[in-house]
This record gives sequence, C-alpha cells and structure tokens, in this order.
Amino acid sequence: MLIKLQDVKRILDAEIITGADMLDIEVSSGFGCDLISDSLCFSRPECLLITGLTNIQIVRVADMIEARAILFVRGKKPGKEIIQLAEGKKIPLLVTKRFLFESCGLLYQHGLQSS
Amino acid sequence: MQMQFEVQGMDFNRAGEAAAKIKKALQMVGMEVHTVRRAVIVAYEAELNIVIHARRGTLTAHVYPDRVEIEALDEGPGIPDITLAMQEGYSTAPPHIREMGFGAGMGLPNINRCSDKLQIDSAVNKGTHVKSIIFNQASGE
Repeated sequence: MLIKLQDVKRILDAEIITGADMLDIEVSSGFGCDLISDSLCFSRPECLLITGLTNIQIVRVADMIEARAILFVRGKKPGKEIIQLAEGKKIPLLVTKRFLFESCGLLYQHGLQSS
Repeated sequence: MQMQFEVQGMDFNRAGEAAAKIKKALQMVGMEVHTVRRAVIVAYEAELNIVIHARRGTLTAHVYPDRVEIEALDEGPGIPDITLAMQEGYSTAPPHIREMGFGAGMGLPNINRCSDKLQIDSAVNKGTHVKSIIFNQASGE
C-alpha cells in the first residue's frame, strides 16, 4: 500500500521542514532505525526513512538508498546544512514529536508496510 | 572506467560524497540495479571506515562490463585482528562516533555480505587495504 506524505503528516501530526510542495509523493514502505549501516543495508528504495539521527549522513544514506523522504522522530530537528543537502537532493524532511516505536506503529496501523 | 577519490579522516561533512558519485557513474553506464546497490553499500562502508578510523585514504572504483571493483586504501591504525573485525557487532569506534549512528560493528560485515570476492590486508600502525569485487548480476538477494 502506498501512503502519501500528506497522510504521514496527518497521522503523526508532523511538521514539514522542507518539501512542502512534495507532499503528494507516495512511500511504499517504512524503515525505522537509528543506525546508519542498517538503514543503508536493510531499507528498500521508495521507503520512508524514520529515524532519530539528525546528522548529515542520514541524508546521504537516504539519497543512496533512494528513500522518498525522511521522518525525524522525538521532535529532533536537523541543522541548516542537513536541510540544504536534502533540498538539493529533493528529499522532503518531516519531524514528529512521537517516538520511533509509536511512529512506526501508527504508520503500520494505517497500512504502511515494513521496508 | 576508473574513479578515484581522496578521503580525509574525521571529515563527516564530505563523507559519503565519493560513494554517491560512484553510484551515479554506475547508473550512467547501465549497471544492474542489484549491482549498483551492492557496490554503493561497499563503497559507502569503505569510505566511512576511512573517515572514522584512518588519517586519510583513497577510494577507487574500477568499472568493467561484468563487475565493479571497489578498493579502499588508507593510512591509519590498521586492524590487529581481521577475523574479529569481520564479526557483526564488533567495533572499536569511540562513543561520539556511535552517537552519530555509526560504530555498530556492521561496516566490514556489510562489505563482506555485498561482495562476491573480498580481500583485506592490514598492517598495524600503517594502514588497511580492502578490495571488493561485485559481479554485475540482475538479482541474487
């Protein structure tokens, strides 16, 4: 099942950091993780990357695995450099105050499959 | 085709740039999606190993119609026990590196998983040479 980013935003009461004009993008799966190597190896293309990591490497990994968007959990907001890189790569960034487990659970409940 | 990149230790802002460029090049020459994915994982993990553990190094991609060869050569502390370093979960990365999401001890195991052939040579206090060969295949996972 495909889920639009605007639905992710609604379900998790998320804020759009960048990519407000890309909310029609659909994600086919979700991958929740706070480890770079696992995100790189186990996620699928076109996924929503769900993480508490806010360093620049998470954007580089998202670009390499062809993730459609990144959702930051626990209310963690990335810095300017990270936002700029994501804008350049056309990767929308969202942030929710919910925890990783809760975010994944709610999205799964709404039909998003595991990556 | 050959591409070579200089990689600096502890430069986390540029880390991953070389792997990203290798990915674009492999896509442009029409490598299989599965090959590109595996080569990118190898390249990224090898690049990050240089950034995390070494003073400096080079990351090289040799591209042939039937395979990709990724080579990482660094000047650094070397690996005293390669068998131990190949175990999932074994890491010598310090806490501040782990806080960034690295250092889970999956770098070399992931390189090994994605390689068809892998050679690692290391000398303590000198450096490490990693050579991975990934054959161009349509699938295999």
